[in-house]
Amino acid sequence: MNAEMILSVSQLHQHFQINKDLTIKAVNGVSFNIRKGEVVGLVGETGSGKSTVARSIMGIYPATQGEVYFKGNKITDKKVYHQNKEDIHNNMQIIFQDSAAALNPRMTVAEIILEPIIVNKLMKDKNKIQQKLDSLLLEVGLDHTYKNKYPVEISGGQRQRVAIARCLSTSPDLIIADEPIASLDVSIQAQIITLFQKLQREHGFSFLLIAHDLSIIKFICDKVAVMLNGRIMEIGTTKEIFSHPAHPYTQSLLSAVPVPDPIYERSKVLIDYDVKSANEEAEMVELSPKHSVLNNFQSFVLQKSY
Amino acid sequence: MAEPMLQLKNLSVSFDTKNGEVEAVRDVSLTLNKGEILAIVGESGCGKTVMSQSVLKLLPKTSRIKQGRIIVDGEDITDYKEKEMRKLRGGVLSMVFQDPMTTLNPTIPIGKQITESIMKHNKISKEEAKKRGVEMLNLVGINQPEEMFALQPHFFSGGMRQRCVLAIALASNPKILFADEATTALDVTVQAKILNLLLDIRDKTGISIVFISHDLGVVAKIADRVAVMYAGKIVEIGTAADVFYDPRHPYVWGLMAALPSLTKAGACLATIPGMPPVMLNPPPGDAFAVRNKFALAIDYAEMPPMYEISPTHYAATWLLDEKSPQIKRPILLKRMDQ
Repeated sequence: MNAEMILSVSQLHQHFQINKDLTIKAVNGVSFNIRKGEVVGLVGETGSGKSTVARSIMGIYPATQGEVYFKGNKITDKKVYHQNKEDIHNNMQIIFQDSAAALNPRMTVAEIILEPIIVNKLMKDKNKIQQKLDSLLLEVGLDHTYKNKYPVEISGGQRQRVAIARCLSTSPDLIIADEPIASLDVSIQAQIITLFQKLQREHGFSFLLIAHDLSIIKFICDKVAVMLNGRIMEIGTTKEIFSHPAHPYTQSLLSAVPVPDPIYERSKVLIDYDVKSANEEAEMVELSPKHSVLNNFQSFVLQKSY
Repeated sequence: MAEPMLQLKNLSVSFDTKNGEVEAVRDVSLTLNKGEILAIVGESGCGKTVMSQSVLKLLPKTSRIKQGRIIVDGEDITDYKEKEMRKLRGGVLSMVFQDPMTTLNPTIPIGKQITESIMKHNKISKEEAKKRGVEMLNLVGINQPEEMFALQPHFFSGGMRQRCVLAIALASNPKILFADEATTALDVTVQAKILNLLLDIRDKTGISIVFISHDLGVVAKIADRVAVMYAGKIVEIGTAADVFYDPRHPYVWGLMAALPSLTKAGACLATIPGMPPVMLNPPPGDAFAVRNKFALAIDYAEMPPMYEISPTHYAATWLLDEKSPQIKRPILLKRMDQ
């Protein structure tokens, strides 16, 4: 596990000042690391700040406080960011939830996919660029007839494939996907997940997957971070989190996931978690090297070994 | 004997567009009994919403009921006009939509929105209506209903808003509630609570519920019976146990196999290849045939009839014909408690 660290986020804060009296604290001290080739899942309810984390990492919002290191460079620092601009632009890509809004409606599929290559001047030879386009389309499961179509002419699943091809075009080291499959049909969701799995195995990029659907996280991720109210409640390997959830919020979240089994589902008992019962001041406690939990609940008994 | 509240007989609904006729619902027959929760599952565009909205006659003018009858509580409402439908909507039939924020009027206090529907359908005074409204808020599990009564929707969280929408829908004691993706926009923890609430309300009031969803996990929790729709047709219908433990239609197999929660982590997720069909000029045979690896030659030529597997369980696939080759059904779901 001593692979190269791709992304390191430490004590990230992101506050939005709405007016003089009101500041929304969207992210409140989030820390996690992503190693090379690792798939990390970020789960949480609406408003827990998971998308804000993604956008802060990408530099869409300047961080209020805290540091983000990309390949050892502190990119929250403006100077360092500008020095490493090219590297960051080429090697960090994001996929958004709503592909209809993310893709320019006035550009064809070919233009959309090749834009990052042309803007970043990665290739000059026109023939090579066309070859690259063909191979990218093939990789995401589209054929060359899609080249000249506009985003409105293709379905949601296909649009998401185009967005994936676009983000693969620069061969990035880190891909951040913000709810990439939430707006798709069940059968199409499975197609996109398998596509991600296949591409991740082939290209070996690191992957930060943001989702609210725990079953997908469980399926694809190596590591999971559970967020609530701008803080990470629990972080650990997928196996640890799903088999020994320590935080009551994680437990309640896991108990609420609907399972497609009528008899099991009806006898299931929901675990309730009261957000107000949490302490304000709390620290991350390490249960094992692969599993940490935020100690902000009363009934917590520290168990080092299980 | 179960009392049928809603019967659809060979219902077909089409939309006239400039590109031709879109057959959104094709020859759907089903029965909903009193106090029963029937879930309708399917991908987007399979006609589940059109089917429920055709019962309430909420569809745009470009649509028409091509054939079939709609019978609500013993009364044939197929040819009802807008004026007659208004009496039914909210009173006998009620609907909850996906997004609570667009359903509620943001400028009107919650309480007024609830009493509005009560006063429309019952001749009672304002005070009585308010009393009933507070009762409804209590029923859907909102704390301090008297104080909440005067607040606008933006004071409430997503889950609370959906509870309020539910309160409005239930305010005049409807006999049938249509819940169209009612929990899709909510977080899993909130969703679980709303589902429990719906089950609770059913036990208390004996209401019949048509629950439309694409999430098989949610359906497993709430449904007594499940109907799976594909390309405007019901491909399989049966009790929840029938459909989940003994599915017969290859589309249902595909849907179940594509669920990450039923697949081992790290394994390859099974997918259904291809796209859901466009219902403009649908193919003559089984619409699922092109995505079906078990498809027979007859699937492309002729629509399969409904085969009876048991008195509660029906499926429309040629695989159930006695002349078709025997295919070993994949075992998809092992019971968790075994």
